[in-house]
This record gives sequence, C-alpha cells and structure tokens, in this order.
Amino acid sequence: MISGTVIKGARILGAQPQDILISDDVITEVGVGLSKAGAHVVDADGLIALPGLVDLHTHLREPGREDAETVETGTLAAALGGFTAVHAMANTDPVADSAGVVEQVWLAGREAGHCDVHPVGAVSVGLRGEQLAELGAMADSHARVRVFSDDGKCVSDALLMRRALEYVKAFDGVIAQHAQEPRLTQDAQMNEGELSGVLGLRGWPAVAEEAIIARDILLAEHVGSRLHVCHVSTAGSVELIRWAKSRGVNVTAEVTPHHLLLTDELAATYDPIYKVNPPLRSRDDVEAVRRGLADGTIDVVATDHAPHALEDKESEWQEAAFGMLGLETALSVVVAAMVETELLDWAGVADRMSIRPARIGRLSGQGREIAAGMPANLTLVDPSARRVVDAGSLASKSRNTPYVGRELPVRVVHTLLRGKPTVLDGKPA
Amino acid sequence: MTKHLISAGDLSRDDALLILDTATQLARLADRPIKKLPTLRGRTVVNLFYEDSTRTRTSFEAAAKRLSADVINFSAKGSSVSKGESLKDTALTLEAMGADGVVIRHQASGAPHRLANWIKGSVVNAGDGTHEHPTQALLDAFTMRRHLGNLESRRVAIVGDVLHSRVARSNVLLLNTLGAEVTLVAPPTLLPVGVEGWPCGHSFDLDSVLAKTDVVMMLRVQRERMNDSYFPNAREYSRRYGLDAARMAMLPEHAIVMHPGPMNRGMEIAAEVADSMRSVIVEQVANGVSVRMAVLYLLLGGNVSAIGAESSEPSTSSERELEPADTGQRRRRSDFAGEEA
Repeated sequence: MISGTVIKGARILGAQPQDILISDDVITEVGVGLSKAGAHVVDADGLIALPGLVDLHTHLREPGREDAETVETGTLAAALGGFTAVHAMANTDPVADSAGVVEQVWLAGREAGHCDVHPVGAVSVGLRGEQLAELGAMADSHARVRVFSDDGKCVSDALLMRRALEYVKAFDGVIAQHAQEPRLTQDAQMNEGELSGVLGLRGWPAVAEEAIIARDILLAEHVGSRLHVCHVSTAGSVELIRWAKSRGVNVTAEVTPHHLLLTDELAATYDPIYKVNPPLRSRDDVEAVRRGLADGTIDVVATDHAPHALEDKESEWQEAAFGMLGLETALSVVVAAMVETELLDWAGVADRMSIRPARIGRLSGQGREIAAGMPANLTLVDPSARRVVDAGSLASKSRNTPYVGRELPVRVVHTLLRGKPTVLDGKPA
Repeated sequence: MTKHLISAGDLSRDDALLILDTATQLARLADRPIKKLPTLRGRTVVNLFYEDSTRTRTSFEAAAKRLSADVINFSAKGSSVSKGESLKDTALTLEAMGADGVVIRHQASGAPHRLANWIKGSVVNAGDGTHEHPTQALLDAFTMRRHLGNLESRRVAIVGDVLHSRVARSNVLLLNTLGAEVTLVAPPTLLPVGVEGWPCGHSFDLDSVLAKTDVVMMLRVQRERMNDSYFPNAREYSRRYGLDAARMAMLPEHAIVMHPGPMNRGMEIAAEVADSMRSVIVEQVANGVSVRMAVLYLLLGGNVSAIGAESSEPSTSSERELEPADTGQRRRRSDFAGEEA
C-alpha cells in the first residue's frame, strides 16, 4: 500500500539536490538520502523544486463565457503551468459581486480539484463603479474573499475608491486596482506613441495608468489601507510605486508575463492576438518593469490569463477583445525575461510567483517554504527543457496565446497540490 | 510591384513612379471615344465598402470597368455584413466567388492587413480607419506632377486634422518616397503623438508656412471634433487654420491648392479659394480614375503578355489594338522622372 511520497533529488530553489518526504498533505522531512517504505517515489533528478505557484489575476470566465474557459479547463491549465492556486477575477456574467456568485466559483474550483480557486470579489455592484458591492458578505462567505477588484474596469471614482479602501480594512482585504483613467483611454487600442500614430490606432497613454496609480497611492496612504496595483505596464508606474514604498505606503503591485517580454511593435501586424489591456508597451517600459520586479518594487508576477473565443480574436483589431492566455506559459516567460537575463534567481522566482502573491491574497496554505511541517504544494521544473509553443496543445479552452511558434525555456514536469499530484510528467495526473 | 497595396509605404520609388507613369498613359484613354481596355477581362474585382463613400467607390468601379474587369459591389449596408457577418467570413465568401482583387474601405485601421491574410487575391486599401488611403496619395501626387513636374524637393503643406486623417498618413509616406518635403500644419491637439519621428516637418502656424510652399493640401475637419475639445469651436479653427483668400494670397505664384474632399466650405477652406484658379480639387477627382486604373492594372494585370504590343501570341481581339502600345515596355523600365510640367 502506498503511503506518502518521496521526491528524489530535487534542487529546492535551485540549490543542491535533496529529497522531500511528504505524508498526506504535509512535507514531513527534507534532506539527503530519505526513503520511506511503501512511499510513491518521484524521480526529480535535475529538476528545480518551487513552492506551488500562486496567480493573483486569472480570468476563468465561468459563469457566463464557458465557451472561452471554464473553472475545469482554466484550473487544469493552471496546474500544467505549475500553479496550485489562482485568484479568479470578478468580471464574469453574472459579476462576482455577491456571496452567491463567489461561492459558486469557489465550489466549482473545489470540484475541479486541479488547483485552489480563490474568487476575487467585485468592488462595485455589476462593476459599474457606482455603489459598493457586498464586500463583507463575500469576505464572510465560504469563499473567504480577501482580494476585491473591478478588473477590466477601473474604479475611477475617487470617492468610491476611498470608501472601498477604507471598508476592506475591517477584514484585512485589499483593493486590486485596474489603473486606467477612462476619459484618457476612450476607444484606446494600443500604447500611445509614435507607432499608434502611424498605425492609426487610438493611443492608450502611459499617463492614464500613472495618474490613477498616483491618486490611489495617496488615497491608500490617507486612509491607511492596503492597495494592490494590477498589471503595471509603464516605467512611470514603477517609479510611482517605488516612491510610495519608500514612504511606507502599504502598496503592492503585479506585472504580467507578457509585459515582461513583448513590446508594442507587435501591433504593427494588426493581429489582435497582441491586443491586451493595458497594452503592450515600449522597450523602455519592458526594461523598467523587469528592473522593478527584480528589485522588489513590483511584488509579483500575475498572469492576467484572459481566454477569448476564436471569433473574438479573428477580426479587425479594433473589434477584437483585449487579452491573452497566460497560465501555461507564465513560468517559461518569466524565466526567459528574468532568469536568463540574470535579474532573478530561482529563489526570486519563487518569491515573486508564489510567496508574495500568497501573502497578498492572505492564503496561509500557499506560498510557504519547502520545509518540514509546510503544506506540500510543489512545482517541479525542468530547467534545461525548451519547447515551441503550440496553441493546439494547450489545456485552456481558448487559443489566444501570443507565443505561438516561439521557443520558450523550461517545462513544468510535476505539480503537487497538498501532496496529491495534479500534473505528472507534464500531463494531467 | 507588391501583391497588395495596403500602405503607401509599401511602394518603392520605382513602384510609385511606375504607377504614376502608367496612370499618365491611361489618362489619355479618357480622350478616346471608346474608353475601354480589355486588360482585365475575365478578372473579378470586388468593391468591399464598409463605409459609405460614393466618390471612392465609383472611382474604383469606373477604373475596373475601363479595364474590362467584372466588378462586384459589396456594400456593408443591406448585406450579410449588416447581419453581423465577420470580416473573415466575408473574405472567405469573396474568395469562393473567385475575387482576383478586393478593394476595401473599412472604418477599422488595419482591416486590409487582416483581409490579406484570408484571401489569395490582391487587396487594395481604399481607406482604413485613421490609417491610410494610398490611392488618394497616388492621385494627389499625380495631380501635383501635372502642375509642378518632378516632385523632388517640392514643398507640400498638409493642413488640418492630421490625427484622424488617413489621407495625410499616406501622403506623408508617398511624398517622402518621391523626394518632396512635407510639412504638417495643425493645432497641437490634431497632430499625432510621436509626429516628430515621421519623415516630415510640422508646424502649428499656417501663416509662417504658406509663403514657401508649392502645394497646400487642406484636410477635412469635422465640426464634431470640437465636442472632444480638439479645438474650441469652428470659428476659432477657421480663423487660425482655414485657408481664406488672404492666406491664399501669401502663396507663391505657381502654388496649387488641393483638398481630398468632401470639403467643409467656410470651415477649413473658403468658398472663393475652393473655386479659385489655384484650386485643383475637381481635377483630383478626375485623376482618381486613371491612378486607380494603373493600380488595378499593375496589381492584377499580372503577366506582361496580356498586353497586345508585347504578346508573344497573335492577338485575336481587335480591342487589343486599342492598348497604349508602350505601356508594357514602360512597366519594365525602372526609373522615371516626372515627365510633364
């Protein structure tokens, strides 16, 4: 009878090979030459062990757009990407602005079982930016919501933002802001710069992001609450957050994998596979967000995994939906942008993709050290593998990855959720 | 030549001159009793117009018909498009109908790029959003050459709503290729961000530009722009950037006044300027047909053997005798100077 698991020869955060002994859902021992009678043995020779990755920003599309993604397919994609927990954004249909909807999503996640699903609650009713949603009811529900966001839309009303920041202090919540000044970005299609002018696509200026971040930093400081900035995309935003942190404001920030790797020049193809919000920015912005992530100004990488049905992307640029897939390529892209450039080591990757996102989401069972007594959420990565991205082989129900045909480094080999494999040898367990 | 004409930037100097010279020859056809050539007989040209533009559509239609192509007008109104058919499905439909060339006018910038991915035939951009309108630039250059000869070092001022103008974008690219010096003139709100990087100059002051310009091209400015605070109101716009008789008097003797139409008389251009001797606005429209014939001919005409004078096979059609005999030879030549003043 199988009792427990021994992972042999894993390089924890890139260190020398060690064995990891797991019993039930907990790591019981870490060391060299470990064995246990009857235990399932996982050969991890040459593999890097990371704490299971945690995504603060995922669109699972259920309920409402099950043609693009479901909790089942989205969480499977997450597990294959090395994630053991995702935060499901609230812009579903119906909007996750009540205890009923967040519990439905949370339950669907439990049933799927590929990774933990933590619903994000909407800040405002229907994401309309007018009236606070029942934040307390969502916090008190079985889903235990701590992250609130109108993502997809900006909480642009300064008073509503102030109230939301204040209100969530009662249950240690955080407001995750999609920073986009709406008037400055009406019908905006791509990064505003020389290229947008040439292509005749309406510009989405950096200032529209930065103006909201600056305001929200001041609001968070004023009311002494916790602000999280979603998908930071500009050099100016990094500067503002650096300044806020130096003042001791309780602000955290995320960057997406695609903003770490891709630039706005791709818009010249007019292929909406590269259409995303916030838009792909300039080379200088990419450099700045990389440096910001490296020095900790930007706390985490979050995927903003945004599945879209084929017909919503196979169209004219301005008709197409914003967003790109992220879960199954996130780690590879982060390695390409941050590890291969020597801006982060494996411990840094674990910090930005597991430890800090879990802390921001207040998930006590995720993002913990790989050590005795800790929950057995693990991702084992082959650092020497390379693969060419093929949209057809993705687990996500959608195909809108911008990396088709690109060769990316590393491969997630095994993922364990509380001791139970969700992915083995790169395949669903 | 390129397969498609999507951006004026796709054209090399040789390509552009070839089109303009071909258009010159085709223009002579207009003086003949029978205005038709058999060159594109059996070819199908689809006019796919998502925006109303009778002017451009009829110009392309006349051009294609004079080359004996079969023309299908596919307008967005009252068609499957208004029932929500996607551009891709429309493209596949046109493909199934055997379209050799698709002339597309679309409100979305980049729509012709997308279309070119989905069909095998040639795509001609007849205006996409606020991106480009390359055949307008070609007919503008054609008109300029008729009046000024070689465009090398000629100074062209393009005045008005550059931000939203596909005509301005295509003209900047083409005129730069042809060696002209372009200055964009507009209030700062109506110049695109990053215009400093474009291959042209820019100015906020019309009066300082007029005295040293050979061509002044006025762009249509929609009154509604004032609702988005691009300028305070029509009167102020007109006072600062409108071309009236007093400003026209500042132009050099030989300078011409152009406008891609439709004009807002009294807004960007005064009626007496539009109707003056310097105005070549009506001529622009007439030249559109010749230039579009040249574009369709060069993109779709394909093999030179289709042309009577160069055909290796004996001509069986009496109509072929009507072909301009030297067109085929000229296609082979790589460099042309502007040939008439």
